[in-house]
Amino acid sequence: MNSVVELEGVSRTFPGSPPVEAVKSVDLTVVAGDYMTIVGPSGSGKSTLLHILGCLDRPTTGIYRLLGLDTGSLSDGLRTSLRGSEVGFVFQAFHLLPYRSVIENVMTGLIYNRTPRRLRRQRAGEALERVGLGHRIDFTPPQLSGGERQRVAIARAIAARPTLLLCDEPTGNLDSNTTESILDLFDELRTDGLTLVIITHEELVSRRAERRIEMVDGALIERAAS
Amino acid sequence: MSDGKGRSTASRIVRSRLSLRDLITEAISGMLARPGRTMLTILGTVLGVVALVATLGLTKTSGNQIVTRIDELQATSVSVSNRSEGGFFGPRRGISVIPWDAGDRLIRLNGVVAAGTLTRVDTAGALVSSVPVNDPLGQSEFAMDVLAVSHGLFDVVLADLTTGRFFDVGHSQRHDPVAVLGSGAAARLNVSRVEQQPAIFVGDTTLAVIGIVGEVSREPALLNSVIIPDGTARAVFNTEAPAEVHIRTELGAAQLIGQQAALALAPNNPEQLRVSVPPALGAVQSDVQEELDSQFLILGGIALLVGAIGIANVTLVSVLERVGEIGLRRAAGARRRHIAAQFLAESAAMGFVGGILGASLGVLVIVGVSAQRQWTPVLDLYVPLLAIPGGTLIGLIAGLYPSWRASRLEPVDALRAGT
Repeated sequence: MNSVVELEGVSRTFPGSPPVEAVKSVDLTVVAGDYMTIVGPSGSGKSTLLHILGCLDRPTTGIYRLLGLDTGSLSDGLRTSLRGSEVGFVFQAFHLLPYRSVIENVMTGLIYNRTPRRLRRQRAGEALERVGLGHRIDFTPPQLSGGERQRVAIARAIAARPTLLLCDEPTGNLDSNTTESILDLFDELRTDGLTLVIITHEELVSRRAERRIEMVDGALIERAAS
Repeated sequence: MSDGKGRSTASRIVRSRLSLRDLITEAISGMLARPGRTMLTILGTVLGVVALVATLGLTKTSGNQIVTRIDELQATSVSVSNRSEGGFFGPRRGISVIPWDAGDRLIRLNGVVAAGTLTRVDTAGALVSSVPVNDPLGQSEFAMDVLAVSHGLFDVVLADLTTGRFFDVGHSQRHDPVAVLGSGAAARLNVSRVEQQPAIFVGDTTLAVIGIVGEVSREPALLNSVIIPDGTARAVFNTEAPAEVHIRTELGAAQLIGQQAALALAPNNPEQLRVSVPPALGAVQSDVQEELDSQFLILGGIALLVGAIGIANVTLVSVLERVGEIGLRRAAGARRRHIAAQFLAESAAMGFVGGILGASLGVLVIVGVSAQRQWTPVLDLYVPLLAIPGGTLIGLIAGLYPSWRASRLEPVDALRAGT
């Protein structure tokens, strides 16, 4: 099986007095097709771990290999390129551009990773169809409901056809019905072969995943799926 | 983990890029996202460019009008008079050194278009009247200047006849008792037709009116005077010598003629003549114009500076507002330079639009002012054309600091802050 993510003794310490060790010597392997949730109280280091996984931050010590590449040996620009083509992000706050149409928002996920211009609209349209928003492409985000906005964000994340989809509290701003439908969507994406790592503090979300990892004070405890 | 398919080599990574076309598209979209704010931001640049273009155009336009209309007259006028010798008890009348044939002497100089003498005739206080009509209520005798001129003077002052004719060399040589009236003098003397050569009286002397002058371009005193040939003045009124010589020169020849005139008129004692020439025209005018130019250019420059600061300010605010967008773009694979390029392109695009609007409005201002003043608008083509890259450059410079700030944001911080 191909490892998508390999962490070996990864720590992340934020300087200060006293220094804060947000992630403590973590070992973790995620293989292709995994559906994993990381749960834990706030301040446990979940987001920091996700940032490291997404190459948005780098570990203070330890080795992180993404798709077999040692990210510590890569330049800033190469790590940026790597996440641009291989990692999709979904955030709690959506981060949609309010003045741009839905399809343009999805297309921002395709600007920087050399997707040919003529393919972008097509791929963005496909991604929107995939999340069930094919009929809303010319709307702007303020005209959409919270669940729809998050679907747009997911479409933007998957339009570039990444290997790994990282979600940081994707349902944090949504009610339970909407959450269910988003989780159904994650199940479908997983079936398409996407590797999913989801950070959440909601039991409802973590129950759907195959692998559940609990994070406490920067350390990981893997529990068998219920 | 090397799995033999070369997965572990960095060369496999698809490098992020931002094509020029995408950059421009993103910049324009960013600019159009909030059109109202963008227009207000651009306003400062627009005003600065308008000020600069209009200033350059209007100084050029008005400068052209001065040269073509007013100054041509002044710039070609030279006059020569006697330097009055002041005695101990006050000014004493000197003996004029100007010859009666001054006009003929001067016309031979290259650059002289016309020349003639002008002398106030001493009539010993004699009043002027037309044919006596005994009207007890109306005044029929007037104190009026009698001026003796050589025939060339009519050319010098561009005299325009209302009716009749000028006198000529023959009248002067024969000492004919003829006169030409200025329009003002003719009206006072009730002379309006000259076919019958009506007589007027200067004291006891009878003169036949042969013409009426309607307009003169200089020496307006002529219009209220009785004008007689200099030969007549010499014979009838014992006028000793001409008092002044007036010269009209070719455009640009005034300075040279000014140097030569005194010598041509009085070779033995040129120092007794006072020559008035117009100030060296080019120098005065360019001084005035440069001063005007530079003042308005400084104003325009200040307006542009304020405009640039406005763009810089708004771009900086929008960077802070769009922190989340910056984080998202960084997550989507945008490198620092791509973020910097985008904000730089946005501010440059605002400067570009400001330049276009400013240049257009500036030209409109020039045309509007010219139309109102009935001037011919004159503008160097390069001024509005340069305004456009100039505006872009200003936008670019204004965007340097904000875009640098945007590019320094850490993606993690940007995503966290931009909720």
